[in-house]
Amino acid sequence: MDFSIQITGFVALYIFMLAAFAGWVIIGHVPAILHTPLMSGSNFVHGIVVVGGMFALLNASTMQEQAIGFFAVLLGAGNAAGGYAVTDRMLAMFQTSGHETHRGKHGHAKSSRPKAV
Amino acid sequence: MTMTSIAQLTIGVTDLAAALLFLYGLKRMSSPVTAPSGIFVAGLGMLVAVLASFLYVFDVSAAAKPHLMVNVGLGVLALVVGGGFAWWGGKKVAMTAMPQMVALYNGMGGGAAGAIAATELFGNKTQGTTQLVVTMLGALIGAISLSGSLIAWAKLEGVIKRPLRIRGQQYFNILVLLGTLTVAGYLVYVTRGVSSQLLPIPQLIYLFFGCALIYGILMTLPIGGADMPVVISIYNAATGLAVGLEGFVIGNPALMIAGMVVGAAGTLLTLLMAQAMNRSVANVLFTNFGGAQKHKAGHIKGSLKPTAAADAGIFMRYAKSVIIIPGYGLAAAQGQQKLYEFVKLLRAADVSVKFAIHPVAGRMPGQMDVLLAEAGVPYDLIFQLDDINEEFKTTDVALVIGANDVVNPAARTKSSPIFGMPILNADQAKQVYVVKRGQGKGYADIVNPLFYADNCNMVYGDAAAVLTMMIEAVRGLGAKAAA
Repeated sequence: MDFSIQITGFVALYIFMLAAFAGWVIIGHVPAILHTPLMSGSNFVHGIVVVGGMFALLNASTMQEQAIGFFAVLLGAGNAAGGYAVTDRMLAMFQTSGHETHRGKHGHAKSSRPKAV
Repeated sequence: MTMTSIAQLTIGVTDLAAALLFLYGLKRMSSPVTAPSGIFVAGLGMLVAVLASFLYVFDVSAAAKPHLMVNVGLGVLALVVGGGFAWWGGKKVAMTAMPQMVALYNGMGGGAAGAIAATELFGNKTQGTTQLVVTMLGALIGAISLSGSLIAWAKLEGVIKRPLRIRGQQYFNILVLLGTLTVAGYLVYVTRGVSSQLLPIPQLIYLFFGCALIYGILMTLPIGGADMPVVISIYNAATGLAVGLEGFVIGNPALMIAGMVVGAAGTLLTLLMAQAMNRSVANVLFTNFGGAQKHKAGHIKGSLKPTAAADAGIFMRYAKSVIIIPGYGLAAAQGQQKLYEFVKLLRAADVSVKFAIHPVAGRMPGQMDVLLAEAGVPYDLIFQLDDINEEFKTTDVALVIGANDVVNPAARTKSSPIFGMPILNADQAKQVYVVKRGQGKGYADIVNPLFYADNCNMVYGDAAAVLTMMIEAVRGLGAKAAA
């Protein structure tokens, strides 16, 4: 069986159109407070380019192609890993004052439990 | 089934899952409550896609077979080194330096897209003119995004201090772009069978990438530091587009979808940012704003009235309501922690405290929200411009810290260069305190009449130091009251 993916002109245009529309709609609903994490998050998502880099590197047959392919994976991996680290750090900081008190209670319950046991 | 079709099937399924997880992850990022899980979901997609990419070893071209072991080794090395360094950098960087870090990672993505295109071009692997043209388009956008993002990084990091402008620069830039496109066109022409009369094909490819990289540099150099957020956002969208195009070339729909989603999202984000600054994107890119234009001082009534930090702090302690307008000056002074400490004191004394955030406060839209969140400020105290602007009229005190242009009432006068920019109506509060390092002007280099208004007092000093004095003053009251 052949599972290789063939994408020709119009199919590609349909994919691009639907993806662009999805991106536009998803981002349209994000509150301004999340704009920076979002920019960073979308920056992380295009780190998927590292997969393309792997494809290029594994198909390399000359020294030049190997060098450029290595460069592609190196940069792509940097994009993906760095983007994730930064976005994750930013998002972990968001909490409501409701959460804060909830957390406080939770912590309190935890500390009181050993005494009860 | 052969090993090749099993590999193809597995890659197909994991990439499909990755695309779905990216979309779902981005969707979850649309609310602060679900956002942390959103990035986790997207990260999971990335992980499976990268692991599955090793299955390409069962599906490589015949020419690459003898080099497979070396290539796999190089792949692992590149993943570990590139990913490791970026991970370490991302965990370590200060929150104030976040915009340039995003610029750097974004440039890397653009460079990766360009490099993928380069292997296709040097190996002459593209089939048909459409694929070739799409490859080169992706290469062009990726290369511009790489060098442009690096310049944006250098500007925000302070490596490049001033915008570099020369006479007729715009024309020169257009010339370089046209030159790049001409080389690209010629390259397509000769790769399609006609033998080259001018240069061997590999040299032409080098020339093409060189021109594209130079154009990215030239395009970004004249843009001022204040406009960098918009520029980074543009390059973010551009990298997405380049990744999507290269995804088409190598026949990977996950890259096409992820790239195009980011391309569209980044474009929308860019427009929102430009709108908040009341500028068009073209205006940001092609007009030298914030340069040496001379503004007439204008006739400003009133005088600057300095006051002591302690007095201002005590006044706020006995106010009913306070709205705080933080700007980049607060972050530059690392005063967010102190500010929240002061806010907690006020809230303990039953003062209603709210934060008002201008869309372009900080160096990136939403950056001020992140900086406040980092200091522990709960986000239900943080309000955006449209939600809070009506409240200034009924508020006792507006405290402006390290912000300037975003509260400049001159934006309401037609003759002002910033006319039309949405501002926070701080001047409508009963009393305004402005914490500022000195008498200098803001980024836009325009005199701020608010500072001269009758209901405004200036508190000069470093934001963190001023807040420390305010905290001490209010604490001093508390001790007296207790005794």
